[in-house]
Amino acid sequence: MSSIATSVTRADGFTPPGPGDFNLPPIGPDKTFEFLGQEMYLGVTKPMLQLVLVAGVVFVFFWAASRKRAMVPGRLQFIGEQGYGFVRNSMGRDIIGSKDFQRYTPYLFALFFFILINNFLASIPFFQFPTFSRAGLVYSLAALSWIIYNAVGMKKHGFLGYLKLMCVPSGVSPAMYPLLIPLEFMSNILVRPITLALRLFCNMFAGHMLLILFALGGEYLIVEMAGAYSVVGVLAWVLFIVISFLELLIQFLQAYVFVLLNAMYIQGSLADEH
Amino acid sequence: MQTLTILASGDGELNPLIPHPVEIVLSLVVFGLLFFAVKKWVVPNFEATYAERTSAIEGGLAAAETKQAEADAKLAELDRQLSEARHEAARIREEAREQGATIVAEMREQAQAESNRIVEHGKAQIEAERQQAVTSLRAEVGTLATGLAGRIVGESLDDEARQSRVVDRFLAELEGAN
Repeated sequence: MSSIATSVTRADGFTPPGPGDFNLPPIGPDKTFEFLGQEMYLGVTKPMLQLVLVAGVVFVFFWAASRKRAMVPGRLQFIGEQGYGFVRNSMGRDIIGSKDFQRYTPYLFALFFFILINNFLASIPFFQFPTFSRAGLVYSLAALSWIIYNAVGMKKHGFLGYLKLMCVPSGVSPAMYPLLIPLEFMSNILVRPITLALRLFCNMFAGHMLLILFALGGEYLIVEMAGAYSVVGVLAWVLFIVISFLELLIQFLQAYVFVLLNAMYIQGSLADEH
Repeated sequence: MQTLTILASGDGELNPLIPHPVEIVLSLVVFGLLFFAVKKWVVPNFEATYAERTSAIEGGLAAAETKQAEADAKLAELDRQLSEARHEAARIREEAREQGATIVAEMREQAQAESNRIVEHGKAQIEAERQQAVTSLRAEVGTLATGLAGRIVGESLDDEARQSRVVDRFLAELEGAN
């Protein structure tokens, strides 16, 4: 789509990529509707398909890897066990603690690989679109995390007990409470889902935007400009490749951080003392 | 296509933070399905594999420990038996040596006794024979002396030549008798 956009605008100079590059049109008829004062496409879009595809791929892969249950694993089972063991041990057991982590392992495991593969799609040829650069897809995952860690805490400590655990810091003189309780409430209850969502969304969004910028900018410099500008264009493409590798790292890190924070929030809700 | 381009080219009004409502629901549904599928069909398999492997390794370790203990016990038993056997052998050797010495001493004693007995017997026999000889000699000497005396008395004692003849004859008879 962006190529159409640039070809249209090219006559009046270079148009930098914007949020519109992430608003991919649906497959089939492109009807629109209003939502929160913004026009939205109605229909199945690429990130939606990617989301479903990744869920299917993740499930099928790990199902196939875990199906044999061999004592001495083959290659597929070994990879599956490494992936599962990574989430289970480094995020589940080490953070939530060996007493309770088994209950949350399926959630953390599914979440990690769901986000990780969706992020990797930004760098896989033919997909090349980060699914979670669509804010709506991230909001629901963050909301789910918020519901889960709050529900876990309330189930264990009761509603008031949980609020006390989250908002009243221990080892502080009561004189500080008027100051600290609102702060703790803000940071532990209100802000967590927002930062969780924005961190993942913005990283994916900005990373992809950067890549579009280097790709299209490089192309514009090479095709439309002459002389020294085309050399800079080639440099932009080299940087495109370098940043692509950086993006791979960020894609992994964001999935890791999202799930790690989920585990830490759950652990905080289960803890006896804040 | 024209509206599409305008939408896609980023006209500044598009706010990426405003979510697409369908996407919110879709993400929740898709992730929910993935979660339940993973929870039902993937995680139990992995956990079961882990548990089986752990128990297999622990079982193997326990079996190895048992085997090791058994082997140790057997080795100790064999050592014990070996030292017992050595002890026994030494004891038997010692006994045999003692017995041999005893037997040799006994044999020597017996042989000594036998030889003494033989010597005694020989001596006794010789003594008996001597006694017999003496007895018979004594009897014979008496008879002879009596015979000789008779003869001497019977012949004329004044004839000296005759006398010596009688004696010579007596001695010749005596020699001839022998």
